[in-house]
Amino acid sequence: MRLTRRHLLAALPALGAAGLGIGFVRMLHGLNQGHFDPRAINTPLTGQPVPGFPALPPLPDAPGLPGLTRENFQNIKKPVLLSVWASWCLPCVEEIPFLRQLAASLASDATPLELWGLCYKDQPARAAHWLEQAGHPFTRLGMDQDGQGAIDWGVTGVPEAFLIMPDPQAGGRIVWHGTGALTETIYQTQIIPHLEAKP
Amino acid sequence: MAFLTTFFCPEGGHFALALACALAFMQGVLPLIGLRRADSPLTALARPLALSQCLALLFAWVCLIMASLGDDFSLKLIAETSAINKPWAYKIAGLWGNHEGSLLLWVTLLSLWCAGLALLPGQSTTRPEKLPDRLRARILALLGLVGAGFQLFCLTTSNPFLRLWPVPADGMGMNPLLQDPGLAVHPPLLYSGYVGFAVPFAFAISALLEGKADTLWARYMRPWVISAWALLTLGITLGSWWSYSVLGWGGYWFWDPVENAALIPWLTGTALLHSVLVVEKRNLLQGWCLLLALATFAFSLSGTFLVRSGILNSVHAFANDPARGLFILGLLGLYGGGSLLLFAIRAPSLASSQSGFAPLSREGALLLNNILLCTLCAVVLTGTLYPPFMQLLLGRTLSVGKPFFDATTIPLTLPLLAVMGASMALPWRQARTDRLIPRLAPALLVTAGNILPAFWLFSTPLAAFAALLALWVISSALLDLIFRLYALPEGNRQLHRLPRSLWAASLAHIGVGVTILGLCGMAGSQERLIEAKPGTHTTLAGRDWELTALTPHHGPNYEAVEAHLTIRQHDAHGPLLAELEPQIRLFPQQGQKTLHVAILHRPLEDLYAALGSVKEEHDPQGQSHYSAILRLHENPLASWIWLGGIIMALGGGLHLLPSRRRLMHSARKARS
Repeated sequence: MRLTRRHLLAALPALGAAGLGIGFVRMLHGLNQGHFDPRAINTPLTGQPVPGFPALPPLPDAPGLPGLTRENFQNIKKPVLLSVWASWCLPCVEEIPFLRQLAASLASDATPLELWGLCYKDQPARAAHWLEQAGHPFTRLGMDQDGQGAIDWGVTGVPEAFLIMPDPQAGGRIVWHGTGALTETIYQTQIIPHLEAKP
Repeated sequence: MAFLTTFFCPEGGHFALALACALAFMQGVLPLIGLRRADSPLTALARPLALSQCLALLFAWVCLIMASLGDDFSLKLIAETSAINKPWAYKIAGLWGNHEGSLLLWVTLLSLWCAGLALLPGQSTTRPEKLPDRLRARILALLGLVGAGFQLFCLTTSNPFLRLWPVPADGMGMNPLLQDPGLAVHPPLLYSGYVGFAVPFAFAISALLEGKADTLWARYMRPWVISAWALLTLGITLGSWWSYSVLGWGGYWFWDPVENAALIPWLTGTALLHSVLVVEKRNLLQGWCLLLALATFAFSLSGTFLVRSGILNSVHAFANDPARGLFILGLLGLYGGGSLLLFAIRAPSLASSQSGFAPLSREGALLLNNILLCTLCAVVLTGTLYPPFMQLLLGRTLSVGKPFFDATTIPLTLPLLAVMGASMALPWRQARTDRLIPRLAPALLVTAGNILPAFWLFSTPLAAFAALLALWVISSALLDLIFRLYALPEGNRQLHRLPRSLWAASLAHIGVGVTILGLCGMAGSQERLIEAKPGTHTTLAGRDWELTALTPHHGPNYEAVEAHLTIRQHDAHGPLLAELEPQIRLFPQQGQKTLHVAILHRPLEDLYAALGSVKEEHDPQGQSHYSAILRLHENPLASWIWLGGIIMALGGGLHLLPSRRRLMHSARKARS
């Protein structure tokens, strides 16, 4: 039998399927061994330096609200509370009154904290509308439209929050990671102790 | 009653399942031996074996249903997914909402397709168009082999009849999200579609074994492709409807791996549906058609089972068990890989006619349709498999979502729609431009006449453009019917005299157009997330939405809070449009909250409200005040998305009815 172009073409689907099959077998093997987990997002990063993540652009048409990059954490002077939110998420709306209140208190007294935001998989127009309602609580805001930033941070859902302490060598160190809407109680019991523990 | 429960006991079901597996093996092996030896008694066994296998599996189902209705928590499956206070309808429907039960459903549906094949009248002198007995025996045998493998899988790794000791007093209850009427029907429909593509798969294998795929073969296969396709269409439509109306996220398609797993075989199945026509009418593209038949079933299998293995990260995946995954991969390798290997060996030597292929012809348009559909399928496949492969090869976690799929699928869908509108007017072999232009002109005029309204009505230029293409598809399908009506001899110009297949194709194309219009409308949906106290007014989409009250509500196995919304036209004094009552439900048994969305369907829009959470606040006087977080949507043309799906499936169904001419023909034959 002479091999023709027809033979090669007809063998392509089988070869493709074989490639996929080998991949699947290796994935299953990895699942059994525990070193492959498609559900694993990076585990919460408490105690670790700020992870590498792609530069997140600012909202268009929002002067005075710069975007968010890894380098921003390098030279922070004050602890940063990074809030991960989206305008489509119900608990994030529950969070609004508290964030508004926190932002107001940050502006008035000398609470040594900055409030930054990471806007997860959201449309810029809706995010802008949300911020208008919320009274602009953030001093930095990164738009994470494809969700890659959130994956790098190990975010499992919105809303979540991280507390980052200044650490020039590490470029900022995460000391606390909370899931769910931020409330006054959580702030008082979980975040304040970290702020006061600061040497 | 006591006799019934003893007779249909779980062990009886277990035995029936094992018996069915043995029968399936016999159905797979004996007729093939018979065919090889030209030994007709063995060949003739295919039909009775298929029927008895089906009966055995139905018996197993009766046993399982009896155990579930009787709250027999000594069965592991029922203890894990049912509970005493679960409504009885969900005690039945919940059986296929888990891995073991859905696998049993899968094999049972396959046996039902086999029984259908076995029961349909065979070829005779009065019915030359029906399936010849030898071909039928071979196809039943191949389907028996497929069924046997999966029944073995069911028996060894996912047996629904396993007992549990000690017996719990009550079950753990069902996932409340699955407690929805749509979910009772969705898996059977979707699975019938998936499984139905096993029949074209068996046809293709048979053609490869025989080394012959001709017009007759295509004609025998076509009804099976269409019926599987119609059921898969309905299944996907219902699934999308479920995620819109039950999940309460406000969307209808999330590009989740499980959704993609259903979309991929639908795309190749649609391509198969069209390429089989080319084989039937022109005896061209046989190899391609065979490959599509094999691939569609291989994708159906992967779609149903790969999701269960835990490889794909999906919200839908049931119990993930890598041990099962290995068995599944083995079966996939055997059926999918084995058939593709057979294709690689046998396809090059298939006889094909050498006649030419004019680009401007029906077959040219169908080829273009196939190329576009398969590219779409490749794109969706890439998007679905990219994350696990990236993690395997580079160790990087990432997610591929709507932006990728929007950017890749829309540019492929638009030319597909353009071809679709023109294809019906194209004749086979070679089209003449001087006849084609007057034929297409009316539809073009209708489309062109609506350019301005479309750009005015739809939210974005892209949506308007896509909507115009959808209009082009609908109007050309309708006008084609009229043209063909006028081509009939005078005196016979009645709509029912047009061939059934023409009606079916037009209807299916109209369905696609309606769905696309719905998608375009949904692109302009408006939503608002509000925090409201009773008495609060909100304006959305030119309506006044008032939260009038928040009241508690008791369900059979849940506690709920109900929000009462009044929607008025224009402003707070406008005419009453609707009252919506969304709920938030707490299922104490599972400790899970679900949203119960309230939707008002209107012909041109859906008004949609979801209650997110309820907060209680105390004022200084000690009185408590409630406030709610609500999500309100105005979704233009939303219901058209699913209406289109139903129209497509109806088109498929219409094709299956015997045509009038054929009925009259056989009646005349019978008389003479």
